[in-house]
Amino acid sequence: MIIEGKKTVWSQYQKNIAGDHYFYIRSCIRQNLFPGSETAFMRIMQQELGKDIFEDANHTTCTGIGYHTDIVPIETTMTVVARLFALMTERGYENMITSCITSFGVLSEILETWKEFPETEARTRDFLKKATGREFKVPKDMAHASDIIYKFRKEIGEKGIRKLINAKTGEKLRVVEHIGCHYSKMFPQKGVGGAEFPYVLIGMIEDWGGEVVDYPERRHCCGFGFRQYFIKANRGFSIACSKKKFESMKPFKPDFIITNCPGCNYFLDRWQYVISEMEGKTYGEDQNGIPVLTYEEVAGLVLGYDPWDLGMQMHQVGVEPLLDKMGVEFDPAKKFLGKNGNSLGVPEKPNVLNFCC
Amino acid sequence: MKKHVFIIGGGVAGAEAASQLVKMGFDVTLAEKETQIGGKLNQWDRLFPSKRKAAEVLDFINKNLVDSKARVLFNTEISKISKQNGGYKIYAGIEECTADAILISTGYDVFNARIKEEYGYGIYENVITSVDLEEMFRNGNKIFNSNKEEPKRIGFVHCVGSRDEKVGNHYCSQVCCVTAVKQAMEVKEILPRAEVYCFYMDLRMFGLQFEDLYRESQEKWGVNFIRGRVSEAAENIDGTILIKVEDTLAGRPLKMKVDLLVLMVGFVPSAGTTEIGKMLNLDLTPENFLKPADEHLDTSSTNLKGVFIAGTCKSPKTIADTFADARAATLKIKEFLEGSEK
Repeated sequence: MIIEGKKTVWSQYQKNIAGDHYFYIRSCIRQNLFPGSETAFMRIMQQELGKDIFEDANHTTCTGIGYHTDIVPIETTMTVVARLFALMTERGYENMITSCITSFGVLSEILETWKEFPETEARTRDFLKKATGREFKVPKDMAHASDIIYKFRKEIGEKGIRKLINAKTGEKLRVVEHIGCHYSKMFPQKGVGGAEFPYVLIGMIEDWGGEVVDYPERRHCCGFGFRQYFIKANRGFSIACSKKKFESMKPFKPDFIITNCPGCNYFLDRWQYVISEMEGKTYGEDQNGIPVLTYEEVAGLVLGYDPWDLGMQMHQVGVEPLLDKMGVEFDPAKKFLGKNGNSLGVPEKPNVLNFCC
Repeated sequence: MKKHVFIIGGGVAGAEAASQLVKMGFDVTLAEKETQIGGKLNQWDRLFPSKRKAAEVLDFINKNLVDSKARVLFNTEISKISKQNGGYKIYAGIEECTADAILISTGYDVFNARIKEEYGYGIYENVITSVDLEEMFRNGNKIFNSNKEEPKRIGFVHCVGSRDEKVGNHYCSQVCCVTAVKQAMEVKEILPRAEVYCFYMDLRMFGLQFEDLYRESQEKWGVNFIRGRVSEAAENIDGTILIKVEDTLAGRPLKMKVDLLVLMVGFVPSAGTTEIGKMLNLDLTPENFLKPADEHLDTSSTNLKGVFIAGTCKSPKTIADTFADARAATLKIKEFLEGSEK
């Protein structure tokens, strides 16, 4: 691997990312699957970085899942997204952040379509006006939430209380990254580092003291690929995709996987459990899985947040071996307690995969 | 007084044209930005279809050029060209020359394989280009991977930077298919036990004997041809390269590990061609090569009177076609200069 070659590619894909005043659009599925990540993002933005970030209780889905499964027509998607832009405009913001990779892809696709075919923008404005009476400005700057964390990674690193190193050996943690298809595969110029050798997550890992390892199936789909999972008959293909990645990354002995996309995080996490139940296979050391973390969770650990406040109990692959490796103090008894001290419910113990509960 | 022709670029076309123009009785100055004549041919070991040594052709053009006593300016780049008294004034390095006609033979560059990011050239140590492989041949036929081991399986990827909308090059570079066949056979000569695979869209074996080479490569040397484009390359933990390709004849995707992956890089207009074209405001083809005055009837003149073009600055060409094109240009220049006396 010639790192200078990678740096050359990275230098060609740098994008402008606004420095403050953001209108935040949450993800539909993330709030259910890993709700701690978005909460951590808001905490980092407001409390650690002192940024002005606003979210509107009236915001909705971008329709991404419906759009990509051919349920929602593009005209509807454009109008729903136009409404999101209208909410942003009404609140006096110009910079939009999406929490979800698919929203980022959908919004990017719409903005590019409007640029290439202005009549589609005019038609959308007309639809929105008729349906809601609203008008909008297109965002001056549109970023994915990981772009923002990437932009402020050095500040986060400086404020952090720990690095991504093995507390016992002092070695850098080995990390594999997965950016998600909708981040830059459609529009390489819109992603930090482009599509083939994306840098957005690598930049965080490197600045926070870890080491990113490439593995042959790095670019392969996580297994979500909407048509693979949402069409029930295709779910075997979904898990086969994930398995292909796990088999490929295993020889590199990663300490954890960092993801950019709600679906990738979910499937790389959950399918490890399913594979362990189906085939008795695990991909980490000592019958552990490979923990799958969102970039907000990684940032939160660096900043010293409590792992249970970060929502890491929601992962099906246990994170405790990683926390031990990093020297993170945590109370195992509080893993499945909510903020109010009540039990969240304890999951059934897997047959093969180690899981602390 | 003899008419003076200024030639820009001392590759095969420029050098051959220089010696021919001297024979015709003209004064000739040849400006070459490098320290030697021959251009890209200097990077080649053997030539298709006969596998003749490139050095033989280089010796031929060098000897002719020396014998012709044409004036050659090495290490010389052109900074400005202006019109003067019906001819041209050329600022070549530290010199200012006047000329009655200019021949541009600034050639091609090989496609920058780094642009095809999915193949990882410049990132994965065992991904090389056809030019890199030729250098291995020139350096004593030693073929090693990054671990200094002889590769057991080698893949050739055709059409890298050619016929590729993604990189904006729609055209065929003409010589890469037959070069891949030639190089695949040479690899088998050096490493008889190695497996060699060529991944192609279709094979454009347009020249005499090219088809025979293709047949020989399979019958005699056992080279495997798989019709399908490589979608991506990635590095395995041992440094070998994992490629994904669609085998369109079998109708299924294919994944293969190779020890060395060779990218058959195509032709693009050289930086010098682009620069001189801009300097003189010459018409360009849609592919950004220099455009001839007429695609059938006058392929040596340009939109500028007294400025001619030869060789690969106007399209990808074989060595044989480059010689023929250079000689055609000299006749056109002769016609122009002698016509202008009348």
